[in-house]
Amino acid sequence: MTLVSLSGYLLFISFVAYLVGTFLFGGAVKGSKKDEASASNKRWGKAAITVTIIGFATHVGYFITRWMASGHAPVSNMFEFTTAFGMMLVGASILFYFLYRSAAIGLFALPIAVIILGYAAMFPKDIQPLIPALQSYWLTVHVITAAIGESILAISAVAGLIYLLKNVDLTKRSKGRGWLEFIMYTLVLVVGFIVVSAGFGASGYEAKFTYVDKNDKPAEMVYHNPPLFGMNEYEAKTEGVMEPIAEMPPIINAKTLTTFVWSILAGSVIYLLIRLITRRRVAELLQPLAKKANSQLMDEIGYRSVLIGFPVFSLGALVFAMIWAHEAWSRFWGWDPKEVWALITWLFYAAYLHLRLSRGWEGRKSAWLAVIGFAIIMFNLVAVNLVIAGLHSYA
Amino acid sequence: MSSIKCECGHVNPEGTDICQNCGRPLSKEEKEKRLADMRYDGAAIRSMTHKRSIVDKVWNFFSSVKIGVSIIIAILVAAAIGTFLPQVFYVPAANEAQAAQYYEEHYGTFGKIYNALGLSDLYGSWWFMALIGLLGISLVVVSLDRGIPLYKSLKNQRVARHPSFMKRQRLFGEGEVSDPDAAMAKAKQKLMESRYRIREEDGAILAEKGRWSRWGPYVNHVGLIIFLLGVMLRALPGFYVDESMWIREGETLAVKGAPGLFVENKGFSYEVYNKENTDEVFGEAIDRVGTVASKYQTDVALYEQPEDALPGSTEKEFVKDYSIVVNKPLKYEGYSIFQMDFKLDELKSMTFALQNKKDEKSKGELTINLANPEKEYDLGNGSKVQVLDYYPDFNGFEDGEPQSATPVPNNPAFLFKMFTPEKPEGETSFVAIRQTLEPLGENQYRMAFQSAETRNVSGLTIRKDKTLPIIALGGLIFLIGVAQGSYFNHRRFWIRKADDGRLLVAGHTNKNWVALKRELDKATEFAGLPAYHDQRDPEEEIEDHTEGESKA
Ligand code: HEM
Repeated sequence: MTLVSLSGYLLFISFVAYLVGTFLFGGAVKGSKKDEASASNKRWGKAAITVTIIGFATHVGYFITRWMASGHAPVSNMFEFTTAFGMMLVGASILFYFLYRSAAIGLFALPIAVIILGYAAMFPKDIQPLIPALQSYWLTVHVITAAIGESILAISAVAGLIYLLKNVDLTKRSKGRGWLEFIMYTLVLVVGFIVVSAGFGASGYEAKFTYVDKNDKPAEMVYHNPPLFGMNEYEAKTEGVMEPIAEMPPIINAKTLTTFVWSILAGSVIYLLIRLITRRRVAELLQPLAKKANSQLMDEIGYRSVLIGFPVFSLGALVFAMIWAHEAWSRFWGWDPKEVWALITWLFYAAYLHLRLSRGWEGRKSAWLAVIGFAIIMFNLVAVNLVIAGLHSYA
Repeated sequence: MSSIKCECGHVNPEGTDICQNCGRPLSKEEKEKRLADMRYDGAAIRSMTHKRSIVDKVWNFFSSVKIGVSIIIAILVAAAIGTFLPQVFYVPAANEAQAAQYYEEHYGTFGKIYNALGLSDLYGSWWFMALIGLLGISLVVVSLDRGIPLYKSLKNQRVARHPSFMKRQRLFGEGEVSDPDAAMAKAKQKLMESRYRIREEDGAILAEKGRWSRWGPYVNHVGLIIFLLGVMLRALPGFYVDESMWIREGETLAVKGAPGLFVENKGFSYEVYNKENTDEVFGEAIDRVGTVASKYQTDVALYEQPEDALPGSTEKEFVKDYSIVVNKPLKYEGYSIFQMDFKLDELKSMTFALQNKKDEKSKGELTINLANPEKEYDLGNGSKVQVLDYYPDFNGFEDGEPQSATPVPNNPAFLFKMFTPEKPEGETSFVAIRQTLEPLGENQYRMAFQSAETRNVSGLTIRKDKTLPIIALGGLIFLIGVAQGSYFNHRRFWIRKADDGRLLVAGHTNKNWVALKRELDKATEFAGLPAYHDQRDPEEEIEDHTEGESKA
């Protein structure tokens, strides 16, 4: 067995472990007694954290073996970075489990990690050599520290989500209820993306087009799902593929747009099916899982994770980033979109801390802020990498 | 300035919320609160007491956290808008008109408006700088406004606090204890084990630790202020050099922005990954994406003019050889020279033959150095060629005149005058690549292209940044400050005997209540102190105070 295939197996084991861990954590919060955890809850909790730690260990194993195989830290493209982020998210939830013994955090963090891993798996998994700009140990130091910071910050969103599920009244129409359901819908959309990519991927779908790019040069593009949108002045090179519905101007990547629209379609269908079959909102389905969580504790965890994560994020995403940018691009700051979004994330959490400390934004307000913070982190990871092209673009 | 006298007799400055001596609530708002506002331990802060003069108003504006957060959010939103489209410095445009054209061509009406509003150079706009400036002022003001009173009130803290102070703490408990003095002694012992510092005063104990963490926010703000000062200094001449230059292989040029330094380009190389030169694990990726660049490298020699060199002298001393690659700049005397760009195979010279059109017999060959063509090339035997005009980057005619877009020999064209024994008066010919014109009538001779030589060009960037140490210091202080304020907490625990012999206990921390409770639980259990309650937790599930598995 080569190192590369070993690392692939280890990652798969982690994926399964996180799925199993989620169900075990479910056992740790079930039961009707409100505050007291039964002995059975405790047993489930212990099993859950054990499986989670095993999954985390194999995940680290994946990381190390892939590092050994490629000779550089596996954080240099979309697949690698997202997978590493999932790993750190699990690591952060283990840390918070031991700080606060809260099974609810594990119960909600693990499925998010599963979705993140599923998302990562949709990108090319081959090991790529490093282009000159990435040939620096600062790549390793900067990206890993920034990702650790982001994953700790993400725990505050997990705690915030639990807080909201428990405290937003889902029986009455309200803004809070609407937005909470919107968050659930977004999560289902990511699942939609995975279903679409995996589905068309398994069928081996391919449609090749030539087009004229924004510099008026001829170029080629291969779609992996039926082309809803065509690139600028496209011409099909594969026989019998569907005719794109509309042609896009050159600055829009019609392939990305196509994947995006397919994901929304698939995600919406899945969402509607859930609603039709269960006759409930998704938030309502999840609410019982949050019922036993202590709101004050979730608020405390939310704040604490920002406190722990903020300095790490500052160090990794700003300070190390500036040092590297100074070595690689001769300036420590260049207003590249990725840099700017790291700054935005940092400013946002600074605002969170000030609103909380000085203006008393605790509980619900702070939980919403934590969820928005996670949305910004995800935006930076997904949209800025794939859509807003810059020096950091992994396209 | 007026002052407030507390029932205990202590005189507090105006604006004090909580008596700095006994802890009784003083202000009306404070008395109405169920829990004490412990942010500055109830001390008076300037912005809450001075509200009259203009200076006060400006001061209060900047010290308001509401304003501070608004400034932060404004910067955040502006920064985000700046990422909608590429900023102008990432756009291939040499001037404003070209930029305007680029935005309109590529991004339509939206691009046109974006550029017209100045959003394409958002980070360099006066108003964005002004926002950063406001942030800096706010940081200075707020730190003075709150830091000083907080420092004073924590330093002058008293041990025995009035029962009303203790009752208004978030963690509070009261109850009968059989032997209060013994219980207090045991509590003291346990708290000391948790590294609390203990102070005692007539029947009261104050256990405290981690006070220094309260300075964390102020330290980090000072770090940010230093950082911003460093950034401002770059505007002063001499602190900051940022130049770029093109240097062809074989050339020796003065380093731009670095007087007295010279570099020689000894060769530029560009390498790619392919299946032969890389590990086989990369095979799949190389198959998928094709060639991937692996290295851009300029081999240079660095020279320096001796300090005592006469003005205008070209004397140079060799300093060192270095291979500049991305991520490994050449560093010397505070200057860093970076590999930033390259052009492969720029034309270096072209060789032509002076040919008789009929029988293609040559009168000889000449090689033109495109960086510096000579005026006349003598081929001997009565033949010579004059270069009347040279257009290094020929891009067509305007009013019948040939034009050169740039001084770079991308598409050289020449106006030659050819002299031969047959045509001693000379024949004129315009020669560009794949194009020959004979403006003054049919010629007998022509310049026939033979060969060309090329070379690579390196794009180097030269930086010198004297502000870096200041900026780095600011960053370091900021990091120390956030760590100090985030990873350490200020915890306090008060115990005192009430007049009726019962014991009162109260606890406060600025963050991380769970850890505080854990320590207090240990002391409470060990010493048999009255149990306390978290007055902020309506769900009060923290009955066993262990935050154990039961809490989920
Ligand atoms: C980007 C800029 C800023 C950053 C990164 C920053 C960072 C911080 C941090 C990390 C804390 C500690 C928070 C906590 O421990 O929960 C803090 C506290 C504080 N900041 Fe800022 N800050 C910034 C700008 C400002 C501004 C503009 C103001 C002005 C109004 C301000 C006022 C305060 C105040 C009043 C505190 C509380 C101090 C205390 O309670 O002792 N900050 N800041």
